[in-house]
This record gives sequence, structure tokens and C-alpha cells, in this order.
Amino acid sequence: MDQDKRNRDAGSGGNPPGDTWVDGLPQGRRWSGIGWSLLFLLVPVLGTATFVIAPYYNHWLPKDVSVHGRSIDDLFYFILVLTGVIFLATELILFWFMWKYDAAASSKPATYIHGSHALEVVWTIIPAATMLFLAIYQMNTWADIKMRRPRMSPSAEVVARQFEWRIRYPGRDETLGTPDDLFVVNDLHVPIDEDFLIQLKSMDVLHSFFLPNLRMKQDAVPGMKQPVWFKATETGTYDIVCAEVCGWGHYKMKGRVTVESRADFDRWLARIEAEQKATQRGPDEIPMAAAD
Amino acid sequence: MSTVTQPHAPSPATAPHDPHVHGAPRGSMSLSTFLSTYVFSKDHKVIGLQFLFSTLVWFLIGGLLALAVRWQVAWPWSDVPVLGKLFAQQGGQMAPEFYTMLFTMHATVMIFLVIIPILAGAFGNFLIPLMIGADDMAFPTLNMLSYWFMWPAFLFFGGSFFVEGGAAAGGWTSYPPLSTSTVSAPGSGMGQTLWLLGLTMVGVSSMLGSVNYMTTIILMRAPGMTMFRLPMTIWAMFITAILQAFALPVLTAAGFMQLTDRLLGTGFFSPEGNIINNAMSGAGGGQPILWQHLFWFYSHPAVYIMILPAMGMVSDILTTFARKPLFGYRPMVYSIAGIAGLGFIVWGHHMFISGMNPALGITFMVATMMIALPSAVKTFNWLGTIWGGRIHYTAAMLFAISFVSMFIIGGLSGIFMAATPVDIFIHDTYFIVAHFHYVLFAGTAMGVWAGIYYWFPKMFGRTMNEFWGKVHFFLTFTFLNGTFFTMHILGAVGFPRRLADAYHYETFHHLQPLNAFMTWCAIGMVASQIVFAINFFWSMFRGPVAGRNPWNANTLEWTAPSPPGHGNFDFQPVVYRGPYEYSVPGCEKDYLMQTDPPHPAEAAAAAAAHA
Repeated sequence: MDQDKRNRDAGSGGNPPGDTWVDGLPQGRRWSGIGWSLLFLLVPVLGTATFVIAPYYNHWLPKDVSVHGRSIDDLFYFILVLTGVIFLATELILFWFMWKYDAAASSKPATYIHGSHALEVVWTIIPAATMLFLAIYQMNTWADIKMRRPRMSPSAEVVARQFEWRIRYPGRDETLGTPDDLFVVNDLHVPIDEDFLIQLKSMDVLHSFFLPNLRMKQDAVPGMKQPVWFKATETGTYDIVCAEVCGWGHYKMKGRVTVESRADFDRWLARIEAEQKATQRGPDEIPMAAAD
Repeated sequence: MSTVTQPHAPSPATAPHDPHVHGAPRGSMSLSTFLSTYVFSKDHKVIGLQFLFSTLVWFLIGGLLALAVRWQVAWPWSDVPVLGKLFAQQGGQMAPEFYTMLFTMHATVMIFLVIIPILAGAFGNFLIPLMIGADDMAFPTLNMLSYWFMWPAFLFFGGSFFVEGGAAAGGWTSYPPLSTSTVSAPGSGMGQTLWLLGLTMVGVSSMLGSVNYMTTIILMRAPGMTMFRLPMTIWAMFITAILQAFALPVLTAAGFMQLTDRLLGTGFFSPEGNIINNAMSGAGGGQPILWQHLFWFYSHPAVYIMILPAMGMVSDILTTFARKPLFGYRPMVYSIAGIAGLGFIVWGHHMFISGMNPALGITFMVATMMIALPSAVKTFNWLGTIWGGRIHYTAAMLFAISFVSMFIIGGLSGIFMAATPVDIFIHDTYFIVAHFHYVLFAGTAMGVWAGIYYWFPKMFGRTMNEFWGKVHFFLTFTFLNGTFFTMHILGAVGFPRRLADAYHYETFHHLQPLNAFMTWCAIGMVASQIVFAINFFWSMFRGPVAGRNPWNANTLEWTAPSPPGHGNFDFQPVVYRGPYEYSVPGCEKDYLMQTDPPHPAEAAAAAAAHA
């Protein structure tokens, strides 16, 4: 019958000497409860501080130079604020409960309660509605970026292979796969303020075509053609990164994308065309390891 | 009926120190007794501890692999301390193919050899029979086999480091064609074959375990232990076992398909006309994305397999040290079931930019957003459990509270990735690395430590040192946030994961100091585990002897001796109530164990609650 007595007989709880006993449990003093609550208070405080300070040190979203990028960033900030508020609220509540309901702080017995139907309903329905709204709110942007493909023939083809980006422009006939195609490696040029449609392929393994400044990422899958499109809004030269592990040289599968005016873009194409004619190289004669 | 009216009558025949386990004096034990008691034991507690020790060793190995990864990320191409001697031919630097192997094996070890087996194998085995009042598992031999099938896995994964080309290096997801084509990377040779075999063995082990857990929980509960009197730990283990049983066959089949692609020349996952390393590759006719669907059909539910049991354990620990009933027991059970159910239809959120039809992405986004709901309900109920309690800051409680605090971060950061447009930018960056380390390390691993501190007295009959437990908690908690919180910032810059050196990109070249800071924190985090290791082993032999119920907790395992002998209980436990009757008003003590006979205060309190 007396389970409690038997517990004591079998050797008491085994608490380090010096601890006071409350409710038969090892119990720190009030200051230790305060200390632990403050440690957990640091989570929301330092967590928020990190996100506030980071942009000032340029540790933040890289400069956005595309039309889609702006809507992605807006959604990012929207979710950041929403989750930030929930984060602060729940972590502060956790801190406050830890501070207030420390057993060393009062001799009041714990509240005997098994839950609250009303509360459960409230905190089920509100998050459900929020999450559903959030999902619906994303759909249009997603469709713009990945589903509503501009009606045009591809502006360029990008073929990923270990460990380079081989880029092909359709040339004067604006058709890929014809003898006047222009070939470059790791050096993508796009005209500003124009829809640019890329046909993305892979020759060997999976790669991922990642343009941080254009907020674009798409896996290149061997055997498939992926359409990738964007509209750049600012001239400059930006990184192309491979974001899907593709072997030992994954880290150095680096390309550059140059956004330039239509005139500069046409001049560049003409120069490539001239170079290609001068060297008399056809598509089959491009050196395989041109990247290095 | 005599056992019902006098459930606590001590029975000298099965006293705490059962000769089967502890009684035999040193030296008099024959080899066969030793083997059947400690090695090929069919006792669920011994098997649980075997799982615990094995997984803790792999935890250490996985942690060291992580440090090596962090070293390369912080200081690429610099001489590696200690390990550097292995790379003498490269002047002490890490080769990029070695780096890809490191992150692949870090994840593989942590997921397949640590988290899954420590939750289901160690805690599931040890706790299920004890907490439901059974003398052992339903199938003790299967249970023993579930541990011993881990050993081929240990050997395959561990041995793969030493074969030509090294261990698998295609990421823990093993996406083909990198993983199927033997010429695509050094680690895609023998190492990848061993990886697939190891994975299959882990699968066999998990399947044996899960069949056993389901049967045991359904059939072997003590008299009075209805399903809705089960502690949350058991509910979580039960639902995890169901998840395992339904999801695992898919991964096993997919693994064999990849094996035949590699060894027999089939082409499930290799497309036509693939040229890898200037050589034609594979039979063709396959589809690389098929693997991703099959892999994530298991591995997304596996994410919940890796956290649900920890959620259950944390629920039990929070109630014990808040001296308060669990807030919303049934909603907690339903939300675990909800997570498990929805867990089967969200795998595509790993594949938003994989080339899968983008329209399907929208479906998976909605399902993924919805799975945040049961997680939110659980979090609110944990906060409700602490509210109005009498909190005792033991080491176990601190780890349990930190689980809640950190799970909030890990849960919220998941919403960013669930939003398909935002995922385009942060997919495969450090943002996702931050997210899953908050869920799996700051969540599950902290929950595991909470469980170890909490059930250590039941496992070894002694209590761990509280002071050093708190030191361990403080250091781990501080360093883990230093390591992982900053990863969100890296992710916001777009810093990609799995790059051996990203600083030659204009976008990322300024991030080295932050990475160095994170690596120092990671070193601190691993070093802090020395405190834990010493406390663990010291307490096992020298810690203060614990009674049956050192925490004044309610659940059945605390009615058994510490440690329980063979057969667990020295009386037949009979259950009169749910597991969380703490601080019942009018009761002389602040807890009512599940086996305590009905108490008049209880009826009064129940009447008051329903008034």
C-alpha cells in the first residue's frame, strides 16, 4: 500500500548533498530558478537581436536584381514578421512561466487542471486559419515564377555538367540546335528588363542552377528539360552557384551572370559570334574541360 | 483478485536484484551465462541499454565528423588538426572529395545510427514494457535480433570509410545518378554499395522493432491500462512504430532498386544517354526524380520518427517536474496522430525545385502548412502544462524545457521552407541546415538527454549528478545556439550547404568570420559532452543509490525496482488512473501513481472539475 514509504526504504532520491527538499524533489534555491528563466529569456532577446543586427553587417539577403525576387523577398519578410511575433510571444510566455511558477518562489500547490476545451479550439482554429491563408497567399507568386512560363522560344540553353555550366545561345535564327548556335562556358549574359527564358539540362548528374541575386533556383535533371525564366532589373555581374551536390568539384562549379543593356548584350553576342567564326570551331569541337 | 487488492505486496522471490541479471557473483558466471545475460540477451532492458551504449558511441563519431565538416567550412584548405596526419599526401589539407564524404557520413551516422535507434531502440525498448506494466516485449527473440541486425549496419557504414574511394559521398539522400554511377565520384564506388547495404540492415532492425512495439503495446498492457491511460511516451512510440512499419518498405525497395542499378545494370534511376566523366553511364530509360519520391516517401515520415518519441518523453518529464497534469492529454494524442497521418502526404516539400511538376508543389505546400498545426497545438499544450505548476529545475527538466524552446524555433523556421516561393531562394542553403538541426539536435537530442537524466535511476539504480548535469545543460544549450542560430543568417545570404569552399563567390566571401565563430561554438559543444560522459559513467558506478521512484512520478516504471530485475515487476501492477495525476487537491502527497488505489480526494476533485 505505502508505495511512498517503500521508495524511501529503497534509498531516497539520491540528491546531491546540500540541496533543499521540496515535494520530495531536489530543489534549487530561488536564485537558481531566476537564473534559468533568464537564460531562456536570452533566446528571444538574442534571437531577435541577431536578425536585427545582421543586415547592418551585410549578412542578409543579397541584393535583389529581378522582378520575381522582389515578391520572394516580400513573402520572406512577411513570414519573418509573422513567425517573429509568434516566436517572441511563445518564448516570452515560456520565460514568464519559468520565472513565476518556480517551486522555490511560492508554497502554493500546482493548479490541478487537465486542459481547456475552449483554449484547444482557439489555438487549433487560429493557427489553422493562419497557415491556410499563408499557403494561399504564396500561390500566385509561385505560379508566376514556376508555372506561368512566358510565351517565347528559349533565349538560351544551360547544360550543367561536372563541374561547369555550358551555355548555348540560339544565334541569329533564334532557334536552338542549329549550326549558328553560339557557345560559351560559365559566362551567361542577359539583357536587362526583358523576359529571359532558359532551357536547363544536365549532361551527367543532378545540379542546381542557383542565381542568388535573381532569387532563382532550379535543379538540372539529366533526361529532362527544365524551363527557367526571370527578368533582371539592374545591370552588373553576379554569381551562378551549383546548389545540388554533384561530386568532388561541386564547390567550384561557379559561373557568372552579366546583366547588361540590350545594346551591350547584342555587342557581346556579335563578339562571341566573330570569335567562334574566327576559330572555326563547331559545337562538337568545344573542349570538354573548358572551365579550368 | 488478491493481486488487485494488494498490488504492492513485495514478493521476496522476485526481489529487486534478480539473480538472472545481477545476482551471480563475479567469477562464478560461466561464459554462456555471461553471453546470454549481457550479449545475446532477450531482456528488453538489456537490449535497450545495448542500443543506448552503441548509439552513444556513434553519437560521438557523428559529432567528430561534424567537427571535421565545420573545420573545412570555417578554414578551408588549412591544415586539419589531428586528422591532418591522414592526409599527409595533400600536405595536411582536406581534399574536397573527403569533405563530401564527411558531410554524407555525418548525416548518415546521426540519422540512421543515432537518432532513430536511440529513440526507438534504446528508449522504446527500455520503456515500453515498463511503462505499460508488461514483463517484457511480445517477441523477445525478434527484439534481440533487432539489436543484432544493427551490427551489420555498423560494420557496413563503419567499414566503408576504409574501402577504395572511401565512404559514400553523394549526400545522405543519395540522389542518383551521382550515387548510382560508379564513375561519378570516388565515394560512388564500393562505399555507396556498403551504404545501401547498411541502410537495409537498419531498416530490418527498425522493422523488427516496430512490429514488436505495436504488438506489445496493443496486447500486453497491465490490467486497467486502457489506451487513454498510456503515458505520452508510449503513445509516441506506438505511433512511431506504425509510421515505421508503413513507410520503411518503400525505402527498402528503393534501396534495392538503387543496388540493382549499380550492380546488375538495371536503369530505374538513370536516364537515357547520360554521359558522366566522358563515359556513357547506365542502362537508361529511368528517371532520377523517381528515387527522390521513393526516398522522401520514407524519409519525410522518418523526420517524425526522429522527433515524436522525444516529444512524448518531454511531455512526461515536464509533468513530473511541474507537478501538474498534462495540459490537454487527448489533444496531445490526436496531434501526434495528426502529425503521423499528414506526415505521409508532405514528402514533396523536399522537391519543390527538383523538377517535379510545379502544380504538385502547391498541393504539397498546403499539406505542409497544415502539418504545422498539430505541432503548434503540442507547443501550446506544453506551455499550458508548465503554467500554474511548481517547477523543479532538475537537469532533466532543463533539457525538457529547452526542447520546447528550441522546437519553437525549429518549427517556425520550417514555415519559410514550406512557402514554395521563399523556398526557391533558401532551398539547400544553411537555412534548411539551421532548421533541421534545431529540430533534430536542439529538439530531439536535448529530449534524449532529458530522457537519460530522467530514467537513468531506473536504468542503473543510481542517480546522475545534478550539478554536473546542469553544467552540461548550460554549456550544450549555449554552444548549440551559437552554432545553429547563426545558420539562419547564413541561409538568408543564400550560403549553400555542402560546398567545400564558398568564399570564392562574391556573394559569400565575407561570411568566413561568422563561420569561424560557429565552428568555435561547435567545438565547445562537442567538448561539453566530456562533462556528460564523465557524469554518466561515474554515476553508473558511484552515483547515489536511487529508490524506486526518485522523482515522485506517476507512471508504472517507477513502481518497479531500480533497476528492475528480469520480468520487471515484483508484483502485478494494476492501473487505476491516467499517468498525470499530480497535485490532486486534498491528497496528502502531490502525486498519485497509476497503481495507487483509488483515493477519495480524486473523486472529489473530478466532481469539482466537472461541476
